[in-house]
Amino acid sequence: MTMSEIFAPLKEPLIMGTAVGIMVGVIAVIAGLTYFKLWGWLYNNYIKTVDHKKIGVMYIFVALVMLFKGGVEALLMRAQTAVPDNKLLNSEHYNEIFTTHGVLMILFVAMPFLFGLFNVVIPLQIGARDVAFPRLNALSFWLFAAGAVLINVSFIIGGSPNAGWTSYFPLAGIEYNPGVNNNYYAWSLQISGLGSLMTGINFVTTIVKMRAPGMTWMKVPMFTWSSFIANIIVVFAFPVLTVALIMMTMDRQFGTKFFSTEDGGMDMLWANLFWVWGHPEVYIVILPAFGVFSEVIATFSRKNLFGYGSMVASMIIISLLSFLVWAHHFYTMGHGVVVNGVFSITTMLIAVPTGVKIFNWLLTMRHGRITFTTPMLYALGFIPIFTIGGVTGVMLAMASADYQYHNTLFLVAHFHYVLIPGTVFGILAGYHFWWPKMFGFKLNEKIGQVGFWLIAIGFNVTFFPMFILGLDGYARRMYTYSAETGYMTLNMISFIGALVLALGFATLVYNIYYSLRHRKELACGGDPWDARSLEWATHSPVPEYNFAVVPTISRLDEFWYAKKEGRDLQAGKIEDIHMPNDSAAPFWQSVVMGLFAFFFIFNEIGIAIALGVVTLIFMAVRSFEIDEGRHIHIKEIEEEERRLRGDR
Amino acid sequence: MAQLFPKEHVLGFIGSIVLTLVALSVIQFDLSLTAALVILWVTAIAQASLQLVLFMHIGETDDKKSIYVATIYSVVIGLVTVFGSLLAMIWGY
Repeated sequence: MTMSEIFAPLKEPLIMGTAVGIMVGVIAVIAGLTYFKLWGWLYNNYIKTVDHKKIGVMYIFVALVMLFKGGVEALLMRAQTAVPDNKLLNSEHYNEIFTTHGVLMILFVAMPFLFGLFNVVIPLQIGARDVAFPRLNALSFWLFAAGAVLINVSFIIGGSPNAGWTSYFPLAGIEYNPGVNNNYYAWSLQISGLGSLMTGINFVTTIVKMRAPGMTWMKVPMFTWSSFIANIIVVFAFPVLTVALIMMTMDRQFGTKFFSTEDGGMDMLWANLFWVWGHPEVYIVILPAFGVFSEVIATFSRKNLFGYGSMVASMIIISLLSFLVWAHHFYTMGHGVVVNGVFSITTMLIAVPTGVKIFNWLLTMRHGRITFTTPMLYALGFIPIFTIGGVTGVMLAMASADYQYHNTLFLVAHFHYVLIPGTVFGILAGYHFWWPKMFGFKLNEKIGQVGFWLIAIGFNVTFFPMFILGLDGYARRMYTYSAETGYMTLNMISFIGALVLALGFATLVYNIYYSLRHRKELACGGDPWDARSLEWATHSPVPEYNFAVVPTISRLDEFWYAKKEGRDLQAGKIEDIHMPNDSAAPFWQSVVMGLFAFFFIFNEIGIAIALGVVTLIFMAVRSFEIDEGRHIHIKEIEEEERRLRGDR
Repeated sequence: MAQLFPKEHVLGFIGSIVLTLVALSVIQFDLSLTAALVILWVTAIAQASLQLVLFMHIGETDDKKSIYVATIYSVVIGLVTVFGSLLAMIWGY
């Protein structure tokens, strides 16, 4: 490719403007870090860290930044379709935007935000010092970050993926899509997907092996349980994506014909493999959010969770059923009645365990003393809105009716009605709930609640009209329409809703700024919400070693009962604590792997192979490395504990 | 020193590359479909066992129950994926 081809996207003023904005931002950050002499601090405290809490915070930070990029794309789409025959975006740019919006929101917002919460919360909830493989955890994060950089760079260098976030063949194949656009898709998902797979393995191992003494399976807090199930799904689903993406790369860059329409290839096999991963992926992002709601609702109803056992059972059933329903994403592909019948039934079955959970939450609140905090508002808002998403899901599950809804805005409205209350509300509930645990001060309640109402109302105004538009035959992914269709009014309402939604998300950022300035007044102790599970038993912010003495667990919600009985869970004798060493290797290995993917995208195979060899060297050095970790001594722990308690 | 050398890992690494090359050879030679499929099945099963034994250290734990649960769950999901795909893409098409 020539230079002018590579930088072709910059010919568009909107992209040029964004590129300049990003450059100014990057220069400002670099200048700021240099001026305040923070490079060493950043490198030693964050880039080299293997501490699960810091990695969690970094995940959440990157996810928030990506949320705003994905949100701006959503606003642009709504603005483009607000009036008929709009010229704001051309068709190619619109294609790129709806593609990256989907990819970003699912893979670079929902998942990393939840992974951030896993990292911050799970080791604390089970009374562990860190995750099972701290170094691997750092590698997971930096690989995810490398993937995020790749997908964002694509806008400026070479062009973004443009075949939809599902990237169906033959459209995504080399004959219809000869640019580098979809190479970016394959490689950024591949690199970040490897990170996700490692996170899955890491957390399954952590939860199986590192629970505090006495914490048997039925005493594990619900967020940890739901994340455990989600991570098992990660371990089983992501290899399918890895293989499918390799096949995509082979097709696009090495001339194989796996998904080709000729020479015995099968274009719909891509759709099949994509959804074998894609449907479980939905449960990967929604189950941990269910866990957050369970914690939040129990805490703010001042009651123990209703039907703990049935919650666990329903999640285990969901984990299995999530692998049995994928073909409902392409009912209209043209397969026979038997296939559609089988997948219709499995799809409707999944509504049963989900319904069980909804009733459990409602019954948890029954006779509870409910306090309406920001996280609780998100949990309360989730139930009715998500139910609309669930009911329209059952409508879509009927294969014959689906021929009517397929590929219209009805579908788009449905999955936003599932993913926004399910995942986004869950993420935001968890974010407001655990913020004090991360930083030692609360977020301002008033701004948080205003934010909730803006988001909840803005969301419904944006997406409800899409149900009606969809039933009126408005196809998804259309970049414009003519005035005679009569689609304008509802599209305009949807655009206004999107503006309210954007305002709601802006309050999140304002709240960080406001609360940071007022952190002295908002400062709180280890247990600001009078909560139930173990993470609240230690200080906020959490010391490096998490618990001075690992508590022994005798029942579910041990911390709550210990509070009632006036027991100190960390009363034992303090001993030396064994901790993992920091390492910069995961960061540099991810830089190399990111560059490897970048050169691969542009078919610079020679450079890519060289960088691949460097990656192998990193791995070889790691296998021969002997790292025994280090110890924090009793004296240091006692000093730190005294400091955190406030007596010096 | 002999104990420090990760013999199993190196063996597994070379073994998995060799098995991959053998599997790839089916496109190089003009084999009958049956012969090609036999080679692919044998190398696939050998490859999976090699990974499980040499890298995942299956069987090196006393916790037999969790090994069985994990194996059965994996086999079920694997079979569902393979036969479900065959149903959706070929038999029920």
